[in-house]
Amino acid sequence: MSEVEIFRSEVKTWLADHCPPEMRMPITDDEICWGGRDFVFINNAQHSWLNDMAAKGWTVPAWPKAYGGGGLNGDEQKILAEELGHINARSPLQSFGISMLGPALLKYGSEQQKLLYLPQIARGEIRWCQGYSEPDAGSDLASVKTKGVDDGDDFIVSGQKVWTSYADQADWIFCLVRTEPDAPKHRGISFLLFDMKSKGVSTKPIKLISGSSPFCETFFDEVRVPKTNIIGGRGEGWTIAKYLLTHEREMIGSSDLLFGGDDVCGTARDAVGLNDDGQLDDAILRAEIGNFIVDEMAFDAHMDMTKGYMRAGNQLGARSAELKYLGTELNKTRQSLLMASGGANALTWEDAGNIVPQAPRAWLRSKGNSIEGGTSEIMLSILSKAILKMPS
Amino acid sequence: MDFKLNEDRRMLDETLTRFLADKYEITKRNEIAYSDAGHDANIWKEIAELGIIGALFTEDEGGFSGEGFDIALVFEALGKALCPEPFLGALLAGKALVAGGADHATMLEDIVTGAKIGAVGFEEEASHYELAHVASKATKNADGYELDGVKSVVTHAQIADVIIVSARLSGDVDDTAGLALFAVPAGVDGLSIRDYNNVDGGRAGEVILSKVKIASNALIAEGEAAFALLETLAGYAHLALSAEGLGIMEVMKLQTLEFLKLRTQFGVPIGKFQVLQHRMVDLVLEIEQARSAVINAATLSDDAVIRGKNLSAAKLTIGETGHKVAEEAIQLHGGIGMTWEMPVSHYAKRLVMIDHQFGDEDYHLARYIELSKSA
Repeated sequence: MSEVEIFRSEVKTWLADHCPPEMRMPITDDEICWGGRDFVFINNAQHSWLNDMAAKGWTVPAWPKAYGGGGLNGDEQKILAEELGHINARSPLQSFGISMLGPALLKYGSEQQKLLYLPQIARGEIRWCQGYSEPDAGSDLASVKTKGVDDGDDFIVSGQKVWTSYADQADWIFCLVRTEPDAPKHRGISFLLFDMKSKGVSTKPIKLISGSSPFCETFFDEVRVPKTNIIGGRGEGWTIAKYLLTHEREMIGSSDLLFGGDDVCGTARDAVGLNDDGQLDDAILRAEIGNFIVDEMAFDAHMDMTKGYMRAGNQLGARSAELKYLGTELNKTRQSLLMASGGANALTWEDAGNIVPQAPRAWLRSKGNSIEGGTSEIMLSILSKAILKMPS
Repeated sequence: MDFKLNEDRRMLDETLTRFLADKYEITKRNEIAYSDAGHDANIWKEIAELGIIGALFTEDEGGFSGEGFDIALVFEALGKALCPEPFLGALLAGKALVAGGADHATMLEDIVTGAKIGAVGFEEEASHYELAHVASKATKNADGYELDGVKSVVTHAQIADVIIVSARLSGDVDDTAGLALFAVPAGVDGLSIRDYNNVDGGRAGEVILSKVKIASNALIAEGEAAFALLETLAGYAHLALSAEGLGIMEVMKLQTLEFLKLRTQFGVPIGKFQVLQHRMVDLVLEIEQARSAVINAATLSDDAVIRGKNLSAAKLTIGETGHKVAEEAIQLHGGIGMTWEMPVSHYAKRLVMIDHQFGDEDYHLARYIELSKSA
């Protein structure tokens, strides 16, 4: 057997022994493991699955072992992902620490910072949130006003963030703060980490049209943050912020969560039935779904190639905007088709008789996909500049 | 380029691309494509001497590669040059002759080397891409067969040495049973061709079969095997045309991008305007998605349903994206994009016409859905 085959057989055996049956079932939003200080596991299986995977370093297979990762090479990562897929294993840990902060720390953190924060992220001990957007800094993100006033060994942070995902449940925040008020817009920002339990931090959930509150307003009233919690140098926060955003966009564009939920074909079949030819008994819905599936196939193939490109050690950079744009627009179409399939049933929330129980909230939520993490229009502008080199 | 480029394919791609760029500078290409012949016999001879046609066939078939990725690579290069030579006919007639067995070995060899030109006639006036919609009759007699009927829009019919046609031995129009495929040699008694120029250059014709007598070994396939072969051949056409469309779109992308950077209005390059930037990025991303669809199709899966679905998905995507790219490229060029003088207008025409060969968007959407039932 080649080394690769040996690795595959080891992975298979280990997963057979360690992945509990409960963790091989389709997952709902309520069953996601987010980790963190206050996280309540839904059952022992969820807890042991996280601990066992973290002990192998497989919550973050590509990270170096020294930082809690698996130290796997590209081929090994692919094998692990395939074998997890074969048994329909749930992700042991959903985490902004893994998908967003981690890559930024790996690139810009000091050795001390990496050793402190990365293993905690890998083990799911600290749940992170992202302090980026502000009431006056949306698409124009670099115009952040939250200020950090120099006070000896600390910054005193005051201001407001908005659209902070799960701020009310997070332990720590990575935050864009203007520490150099006299520097030009893009050079006055620092990238700070601090505990959400610090004195002066408060959060307020924002209720969305879906009725859910995945986002918060976050307020800072003279929060004391040690200067050692800065990543990169003072005023270098924008570079790190942009780098992190490429990972956030990659996460949004490729998220299993984004493409989870109800299966369009199956839902439509249940809702409208089949005609005598065995095809969906609604010619127009049938054509719309057919077109969607064909687009989705192309997107999946595109995504596979992109993953191969990344496993070969390449950074996605501006191309993350491509995945983000295509993936979110596609998801909006998917959610609309699920609603169309539901017919009158789609009028209700989670009624037991509803043929599309998840559809209304998921559809309403999906409207945010092309806004969060940079709007579709910002994605197009980034690609125009970075890939097509259009004049600006 | 993502078509699984190994060293051999890279060389083939470079040789072919350089050759075509040299031979088909756009003014020259248009002279050839819109001429009465619809192609250039001398260039075709050079192509044959370079051995390029062999890339479409496996070693067993007399070629030297012949995988889906080779076919895609060749046709993408042809698309980039808007090449009007009878490659599709060579591919389809060749693959049909392969299925025909030993009696067709000599003609196959001549097709693969480029010594002879092949064409296929599967369409009829009312068939609208349906392969089983065949009204042309074949009657078996003591000496062989007699063919009667009209095959429509047969590309390169006039210059073909052999035309592969579908005809019906029994059954009703639209029955998949009772079909047969024949190799009809040029010049046989009762065969006449009413030929014409195509909108996008090149030439096609109505192939009129009037009591055409052919030998019994002109038969290539009959019964259910004939319909299965028709589907296989159409599948090759779907891949080849999709890849050609992709090549055309690649060129149109560069033409339009360059135009946006050079054309000045209101004192600035028009590419500075955000509304045009966003439209351009949208086009580029759609072309990338179309490329993924063609790569999927080029794997030519052994599973007939998966293969058919991938091929229809690709042809559908190319049809849809092709329309968008053609229209947007002209709109972004403005009035100049409408002129005969600008290359982009000829690329746009060919790109849109691809949707009218071997099934348009609607046809392939319906086919994709039909094939999805069994999944």
